[in-house]
Amino acid sequence: MTAVSPPIRRPLLRWASAALAAVFVAAACGPAAAQTKKPAKEPLLTARFAYLGKAYEDPPPLSLLDPIVDDEGLSGAQLGLKENQATGMLLRHAYEMEEVVVPADADVLPEARRLLASGQRFIIADLDAADLLAVADLAEARDAMILNIRDSDDRLRQADCRANVFHVVPSFAQRADALGQYLAWKRWYRWFVIAGETPADRAYVAAIERAATRFGAEIVEIRAYTFEAGSRRIESGHQQIQTQMPQVTQGAPEHDVVFVADAAEAFGEYLLYRTERPRPVVGTHGLVGVAWHRAFEQFGGLSLQSSFERHFKRWMRERDYNAWLAAKMFGDAVTRGNSADPQQAIAYIRAPAFKAPGHKGIGMSFRTWDHQLRQPILVAGPRALVSMSPQEGFLHESSELDTLGVDAPETLCKFKN
Amino acid sequence: MTIGAMRASLVAATMLTAGGVGTAEAGSIFVTNEKDNTVTVLDSQTLEIVKTIKTSRRPRGIIISHDFKEVYVCAGDDDRLDVIDTETLEITRQLDSGPDPELLDVDPKGERIYIANEDDAMVTVMARDTGEVITEVMVGVEPEGMAVSADSKITVATSESTSMAHFIDNETLEVLAHVLVDTRPRHAEFHPDQKSVWVTSEIGGTVSVIDVASHAVVQKIGFEVQGLRQELIQPVGLRFSADGKWAFVALGPANRVAVVDTATYKVHDYILVGQRPWHVEIAPDGGKLYVANGLTNDMTVIDVATLTAEKSVPVGRLPWGIAIKP
Repeated sequence: MTAVSPPIRRPLLRWASAALAAVFVAAACGPAAAQTKKPAKEPLLTARFAYLGKAYEDPPPLSLLDPIVDDEGLSGAQLGLKENQATGMLLRHAYEMEEVVVPADADVLPEARRLLASGQRFIIADLDAADLLAVADLAEARDAMILNIRDSDDRLRQADCRANVFHVVPSFAQRADALGQYLAWKRWYRWFVIAGETPADRAYVAAIERAATRFGAEIVEIRAYTFEAGSRRIESGHQQIQTQMPQVTQGAPEHDVVFVADAAEAFGEYLLYRTERPRPVVGTHGLVGVAWHRAFEQFGGLSLQSSFERHFKRWMRERDYNAWLAAKMFGDAVTRGNSADPQQAIAYIRAPAFKAPGHKGIGMSFRTWDHQLRQPILVAGPRALVSMSPQEGFLHESSELDTLGVDAPETLCKFKN
Repeated sequence: MTIGAMRASLVAATMLTAGGVGTAEAGSIFVTNEKDNTVTVLDSQTLEIVKTIKTSRRPRGIIISHDFKEVYVCAGDDDRLDVIDTETLEITRQLDSGPDPELLDVDPKGERIYIANEDDAMVTVMARDTGEVITEVMVGVEPEGMAVSADSKITVATSESTSMAHFIDNETLEVLAHVLVDTRPRHAEFHPDQKSVWVTSEIGGTVSVIDVASHAVVQKIGFEVQGLRQELIQPVGLRFSADGKWAFVALGPANRVAVVDTATYKVHDYILVGQRPWHVEIAPDGGKLYVANGLTNDMTVIDVATLTAEKSVPVGRLPWGIAIKP
């Protein structure tokens, strides 16, 4: 093989560059207009959306491979904004995202009120359940679309659902069902649950129990993990953990997998390879059910991963993906509707025909009964994608995506308007 | 491919003067195998594997030059094109395509290669003989589909994330128009009459027919398969029959190729093929349509006259694109 030496390339222009604007010709104008190229014109419209977050003290990941970051979510929204702007440049649509992240001990409501008073109606909310509901219940937020990118608690989709809250982040029920379907496909039907004691852990355990019932699995025992989490770096290293984890898992009835619920990053990572019996670990650690994972590359996913890494010098995490997807939905609505009116955008996203493209190989939309985004869930190990749910064979009359999470007949959500 | 159709009619004419199809020498079918990093070469008569060519990493888009001398393969993970000599079946050149090339087209004049760089928002325009990069044209996010008009004057690129078809003037190398289509456009193809460009939208589930003169979307074709949920209908590859009467559209997870009547824009038939057909190619004489089935590691052969699937033959792992030498 005789390979020629590759020619020297000029530096790449980035897609956010002004070069795009310079070559703009509106599609509708046709070839006549193409003759009269002009430099960048004033935008025909400026579409505005907001990112509202709080700097909660999230538990640090136990694994040192996962860096501690303080911009998870926000960076994803910023990338979505950039992509919207790149598309917008071709249509003379401008985008602005107002970013507000309040300190952990601050009240989020004054900032929420200010955003709403300034006309913001499409709000990407990086908020926990309490703050999310407080914002949603503001009178002036009544006609807003608030996109939950953080909290998976099914309560927010059930008894505490709100008509103006839309959940991009998967619910615990979707995650547990995604794993449950995969375990059913593997015929690993006996689950030994070990759970932390935070409210999120309890909510996840409820979702695991529900999944077991749905997919014919048996929960052989639910055991509470009561030790303190402690520091992620310790002088004595692995030794204590090595003896502790077999103790934590000993004496359980025969089981196929250890199903761990540890939203607080207290011990889940430590279970792998240390359980009393040689069993795979699934749940919040080990094999996980997530909306996004660095090992995922299908359906153009690699482009998104690389683009994110170019901009933010780290891997894209799930909350980044959720925020990116929310921003992209808004952009899609503005592009298709050719309007910056937030109410028009909201109506577009709520319409049954809406399909959000999120590199999952299928269009995604919000369920009408609880406003949860129906979406494929990645079933991923620590280093590679293992599967994607729904699994083949789990059928549904309208969308197989609705085999994951709470379906219409069983919803407890009643929207008050 | 317009060009494909043109080629097809040319070849058909040649064959007629040579005394009929039967005397034609067997051609070669080249199939990229995304997972194997190979191109499988099959004898077009016997469908036996003649050779498996090791390529650079992640081969997907594949096209043959109009003189049938060279096959170009996009190797996405090595940021280059592998050039296969169709006589020796060896890789003779490697060209710097820019980052993550996915699909490409060669102009009928044989002077330039147009490459979609998926990981960057641009189209690389390359001189075919030297491999020199003439320019990079900025388009929307995640470019994919590429089609050059029969007169070599216009290139259409689609961008998957931006959901547009971009019309590029090949003389000025500027974008004439950005045309909004349905979500995730994957492939663009000039109709043999050169009056329209057909663009498939994978997530939108449609084919948009764009008028070349006005850049307006004049038709949107939807698909419906009984017993199959709408979301599984994901149009990707598209080719026209040599006479332009049919458009063949690979429908991805629907495991079918749709046959669209280009006069009425109505779906005439759905042909069951292997799992997840990505791209299709029409034989130079127009007689057969070949389908790369992404999940079943095989290629389905469809008889164009009867619109029936004749057989499926194994190729490599995760076949993606097809090019054919007569």
